[in-house]
Amino acid sequence: MHDSPDLGDRRDAVCVVGAGASGLTAVKNLLELGFQVDCYERETAVGGAWNWRHDRSPVYAGAHLISSRQHTEFPDFPMPDTWPDYPHHSQVLTYLERYAKHFGLGEHVWFGMEVVSAVPTADGGWEVTTQSTGGGSSRTQRYAALIVANGHNWDPRKPDIPGEFRGRVMHANAYKDPAVLRGRKVLVVGGGNTGCDIAVEAAQQATRVWHSTRRGYWYAPKYVLGRPADQVNDALLKWRLPLRLRQWLYRRTVRLTTGDLTRFGLPAPDHQPYESHPVVNSQLPYYLGHGKITPVPDVTAFDGAAVELAGGERIEPDLVITATGYRPRFEFLAPELLDVNEHGRPDLHLHTFARKNPTLAVIGLVQPDAGVFPLAHWQSVAVAQWLRLRRTDPARAAVVQQKESVRPLASWSRRQVVPSERHWFEVDHIDYLRSLESLLNQMEPSK
Amino acid sequence: MTAFDLMRFEDWTDPVRSAEREVASLLPDADEGRPPVLFVPGLGHGAWAFAEHWLPHAAGRGFPAHVLGPRPGGDLRALVHDVVQTAAALPRQAVLVGHGVGALVVARALGRYPARAAVLVAPVLDGWSALGSALRANPGGTLPALVGGRLKLSARQLFGAGLPAEQAGEYLARMDPRPRRELLGRAVPPRPVGTPPVLVAGSPDDRVVSRKALDRAAAAYGGDPLLFPGMAHDLMLESSWAEPIDAILDWLGKQGGR
Repeated sequence: MHDSPDLGDRRDAVCVVGAGASGLTAVKNLLELGFQVDCYERETAVGGAWNWRHDRSPVYAGAHLISSRQHTEFPDFPMPDTWPDYPHHSQVLTYLERYAKHFGLGEHVWFGMEVVSAVPTADGGWEVTTQSTGGGSSRTQRYAALIVANGHNWDPRKPDIPGEFRGRVMHANAYKDPAVLRGRKVLVVGGGNTGCDIAVEAAQQATRVWHSTRRGYWYAPKYVLGRPADQVNDALLKWRLPLRLRQWLYRRTVRLTTGDLTRFGLPAPDHQPYESHPVVNSQLPYYLGHGKITPVPDVTAFDGAAVELAGGERIEPDLVITATGYRPRFEFLAPELLDVNEHGRPDLHLHTFARKNPTLAVIGLVQPDAGVFPLAHWQSVAVAQWLRLRRTDPARAAVVQQKESVRPLASWSRRQVVPSERHWFEVDHIDYLRSLESLLNQMEPSK
Repeated sequence: MTAFDLMRFEDWTDPVRSAEREVASLLPDADEGRPPVLFVPGLGHGAWAFAEHWLPHAAGRGFPAHVLGPRPGGDLRALVHDVVQTAAALPRQAVLVGHGVGALVVARALGRYPARAAVLVAPVLDGWSALGSALRANPGGTLPALVGGRLKLSARQLFGAGLPAEQAGEYLARMDPRPRRELLGRAVPPRPVGTPPVLVAGSPDDRVVSRKALDRAAAAYGGDPLLFPGMAHDLMLESSWAEPIDAILDWLGKQGGR
């Protein structure tokens, strides 16, 4: 802070919003390319969503990784190989704390500080106003670029269910401990990974469990042939097989491992594999088969003590947990800066680069069929390289921007996905990384 | 050098299995904030080769010093994996120092771990060239290995005249080189991630790594080798072992930190 003449002008420094996994990797990769970085974190520690102490953290006591360790770790800082295939969320936090310490990131993070507004300036920079979390005086500083890594799993998307319910309704966000399930009659709403995890925990604790899903999904097991399923799946992806063939192989694999779940009353999937976010849960079929979980259709209404289901059936749970996902939220940015549409979804190049503002990027706003950390890492590398290229060789930067503007959307974004609120930023990690790779190679200094 | 390495199918589909790692550490009395140094021994050499002089010397100069013994029977990929795992487990960004084939392992590890800095000491990046040198310096010990027999290293190959024969014999008795086919070839090292400063050090009188091979290795990292004339391949066991490690630590001191 002492090297700039004007305390409020951080000149070439970059501002990073959030010190969760995405923010930390952004800070690290920017520092690596020689940028000065100020990172603002509303909490008093790193870890973001993975820090269960944070009020916005969605993790629950029993949460483990859905993707295996090798698909989740940062590509240049592996998790200890003595850790299990699917580490516990507390291990993920330990990992992020180690990452921050190892690369000395903490000294670049301003803890307990919230970004309340960020406004582009005429010269292509940013005016960022920060404030102590929960109030206090604010101050405004100028930065050369703004990297948003505020996470997308903290603002609960609550389903709009008409009617009044006499029992308790909670979003999965508030679900922490299976103790709340003990001895209750529980309805879990939502067929994503969280919904399935909670349904399984409920099956172990509650007296009665209903699991409501809108559609049938492809429930993949966590292990195939004794190996983490995502590692087996990538063996197929490696060969660049056509999607149709992969879908056929996926259907075969699910049939041979999980088997046919319609026998338990689940609807058949209404879409092909790879058209929705993969649901990986080996225990759900087990508890379905033991009669501990009753699959039910969509919830249509609350009515006093009862919940009404599509098809007219009425059930009487005393606790309803809605695992219906989260919405991305950027309250410190004018919506047009990220081309946010009426559904609150930003439209970004590679889900990363703002289309109209070359010094604005978002890290970690993707939902891959693998861990997010590796993608966030390479996004950060690409953003850092981009910001450097703009500074060192504006002419080349313009050429890269021109080329990128014609990169076909379908090459990096899953276009064919089920029509739902939570699949718009679904990406195939292989296609996505290949696109980032080609962008990175374009930005290489020409020899 | 290869460019960005995003697609890692081998690691995603067939990760290296974990194995117990032999790590010896010596920490300075007071932590002065210097980066940890991780030594990686080469073919036939165990952690002892660094524990002898360089490890205590580095610790004495205030660097937390660690040495990783090679995994028995491990292939190159497993050795690289172990270096990256060990480095990432250290509390701060580490400096990697590899010797001989250990330098090849370090060169590969640099593609996977953003080291603070790296030093390649008498690096065997070019297996064919090293084989040629070995055949010249030690035909009797090398030839059998080419037809499936045991490789026997010789004092003439590794040590200078300054080292007492008795001491050299003792070192040789502790060596058990098990070369793998994959070492033959001219390795194209990956581009280091995080662009660390890389120093290549060696001796023009090394009977394993020729001066030419040394120059090529240094050129691959955009520099010239730091030379210690008169020394043999095992710089860390020679009687004048202090000279290169002091020069290396001086160099490290000059790199500064981010």
